[in-house]
Amino acid sequence: MSTNKFFFAGAGGQGILLMGQMLAYGGMYDNKEVTFMPSYGPEMRGGTANCTVIVSDEKINCPMIYEADTVIAMNQPSLQSFERLVKPGGNLFINQSLVQTEPIRSDISIYKVPCSELANELGNTKAANMVMFGAILSATKILSEEAIEYVLQKVFSGKKAKHLDLNRRAIKAFKCE
Amino acid sequence: MKPVFTYTKGMLPVSTSYCPGCTHGIAHRLIMECLEEKGKLGDTIGVAPIGCSVLAHQFMNIDMCEAAHGRAPAVASGIRRAQPDRIVFTYQGDGDLASIGMAEIIHAAARGEHFTTFFINNCIYGMTGGQMAPTTLLGQRSTTSVNGRTKEQAGAPIRVSELIATLEGAVFVERVSLDTPAHVRQAKKAVMKALEIQEKGLGFTFVEFLSSCPTNWGKTPADALQWMRDEMIPYYPLGNFRTPEED
Amino acid sequence: MAEKVLMKGNEAFAEAVIRGGCRYYFGYPITPQSEIPEYMSRELAERGGTFLQAESELGAINMAYGCGAAGGSCFISSSSPGIALMQEGMSFLASAEVPAVLLNVSRCGPGIGGIQPGQADYFQVTRGGGNGDYRIPVFAPSTIQEAVDILYEAPSMADYWRNPVMILADGIMGQMMEPVVLPEPKAPLLPGDVPKVKPWAASGSGYKENRSVVKSLRLKPEDLEVHVEKLYEKYAQAEKELVRYECIGLEDADIVFTAFGTMARLIHEVIELLAKEGIKAGMIRPISLWPFPYEAFDRIESKTKVVISAELSMGQMLQDVKMGVCGRFPVELIHRTGGIIPTSLEVAEKAKKILEGLK
Repeated sequence: MSTNKFFFAGAGGQGILLMGQMLAYGGMYDNKEVTFMPSYGPEMRGGTANCTVIVSDEKINCPMIYEADTVIAMNQPSLQSFERLVKPGGNLFINQSLVQTEPIRSDISIYKVPCSELANELGNTKAANMVMFGAILSATKILSEEAIEYVLQKVFSGKKAKHLDLNRRAIKAFKCE
Repeated sequence: MKPVFTYTKGMLPVSTSYCPGCTHGIAHRLIMECLEEKGKLGDTIGVAPIGCSVLAHQFMNIDMCEAAHGRAPAVASGIRRAQPDRIVFTYQGDGDLASIGMAEIIHAAARGEHFTTFFINNCIYGMTGGQMAPTTLLGQRSTTSVNGRTKEQAGAPIRVSELIATLEGAVFVERVSLDTPAHVRQAKKAVMKALEIQEKGLGFTFVEFLSSCPTNWGKTPADALQWMRDEMIPYYPLGNFRTPEED
Repeated sequence: MAEKVLMKGNEAFAEAVIRGGCRYYFGYPITPQSEIPEYMSRELAERGGTFLQAESELGAINMAYGCGAAGGSCFISSSSPGIALMQEGMSFLASAEVPAVLLNVSRCGPGIGGIQPGQADYFQVTRGGGNGDYRIPVFAPSTIQEAVDILYEAPSMADYWRNPVMILADGIMGQMMEPVVLPEPKAPLLPGDVPKVKPWAASGSGYKENRSVVKSLRLKPEDLEVHVEKLYEKYAQAEKELVRYECIGLEDADIVFTAFGTMARLIHEVIELLAKEGIKAGMIRPISLWPFPYEAFDRIESKTKVVISAELSMGQMLQDVKMGVCGRFPVELIHRTGGIIPTSLEVAEKAKKILEGLK
């Protein structure tokens, strides 16, 4: 039995909430219990955006967290604010393209992902969040391969279907050892 | 013997609560007569306001709903949604409609709601005892403008029909008066027209009645009617402000 | 078994009410519930219903009053300051015995306050800001599934009691996503069937002896007293039938928390944290806030040392908790406000301090 708590943080417009939702959809596909809780406020773009996702084998009583197994910092302010949230032995993912400083913690696993550069190499800088999402998936193995394909098809459907292939490649762009 | 006058079935055979000389009763009767003549008494839902006509549902012999002060147009909008095939009207005074309920009436008119508002303009708050209304004329005395309304303190009275007529959703807007038999006959025509247009579903319909309030104006009934002709009609001109093009 | 879907709270709430038979929605945008009018404007048109954006919350509640008075099954939602504007109308609905389903996706006040979640509308929804003697049943679900189940049931409950029914959620519940199982849609009441099903409604159905007048005005004190007494007979019955709560781990509990909604979910984790330190804690979770489950407090065992009201407000539910406890145990308050949700660690620490202070 395990419960995995994720905290995604960054700026509005970076696709923070989308990553969180994809994780929640995927978890549900894998028959896990999930909750997705976004921060909400007046900002749509440029302000801070963050969300908490819990993926668990058991009923989730409390969707709020005081520590996370995995924190994703998509920009500099997020790293400064939320590095402390990673529980000892947990994971910290940093978007190296937008973060200049080094993390302080030494009791956690740290993954630095050059999201924008890898997305640019694939041809669209907007896929940066999917590069990060792929990195998380590869390190945590939180979703099955079928679930990953399910959420990709779910999110990139209709008018967005033309981006499916790019994002599928973006998710595979960064492998964590 | 052939009856030359009968009570409309639209009015219950009870005394109204209106003061002697008040013309609310005539307005009630006209609306109910029109509904009876159209055979629609059983297909109509009326909304009573707060004000002197708060008890309209005790006089009008149809299904009715009471509304909070000024909210009758919102209530009627809700009724219209639940009962799309009925005739729906609100009956409101000037404090109710033109002061506390200005937002509701303007937006109902702007939405082109398929109901009719009968607006009683007597230049005063009647039920609460003669306070200044948005329609009180300049110089007119009331219990809250004891030396007469001034423009400096209270602004000029609002001409509601003209205001409503600026809105596209309001397809029929007419001001009538209840001061003479000839005007009463004209008023009935306007009521009938408004109801017909409502039935066609063309938009919001609005009839403003200039009405008397001898008690709060401090006049005899006859003087009150004369005051309507001398003071009210010059400021609130009678006539049609909007009619659908096809008519 | 119906399929599980991942839905945002606000959208799940809206869908549940539609499935419960509501076909009329009147609303005005306000954070954090604006997804509800958006959802309704998309969905109702396609499902034989009506969405109407009101000019204000005053407009919305009075449209609901008119719609309900004419026999429609309607739903309105808003958030705290908007609910405050609707209080006038709620008093009218209650007095005229017009059914409607109301949802408050609450934020924090007072005044315009902020848009983050709060529970400081407790007095507003349980005591009512409208004038006169009236009561409105209020339910405070703590998960989206529970909210869906209650909202699905709410239209028939409102019709049965001929009274508005209020559901109190908060900004977190409105904005978060959780898997839910949606119930089977009920058939809506058609306008033509209103006279049969709701003969009291002003549906304009036929010129008849007993015409329908929906009203709250009663100028004769004797008439009004009889009317209010009759309403209170109904409320007394509702108090018996509608009270709902959950008791968790009251056996051998040193601490019994009382919490509802989002705060109750947090307390689950607080109980686990305290257990790790050898402190046994339980919880009374009111699901109905009116009627408040006073009877649940009779189940607290004599060895319990303290009852704690845990709230996102300054001690509003505390008053009801004290009435439930009736002086048998010390009653304390743990709270945050202003839109801040405490962490479970923070609440556990405060609870430990309270317990130590009693020794």
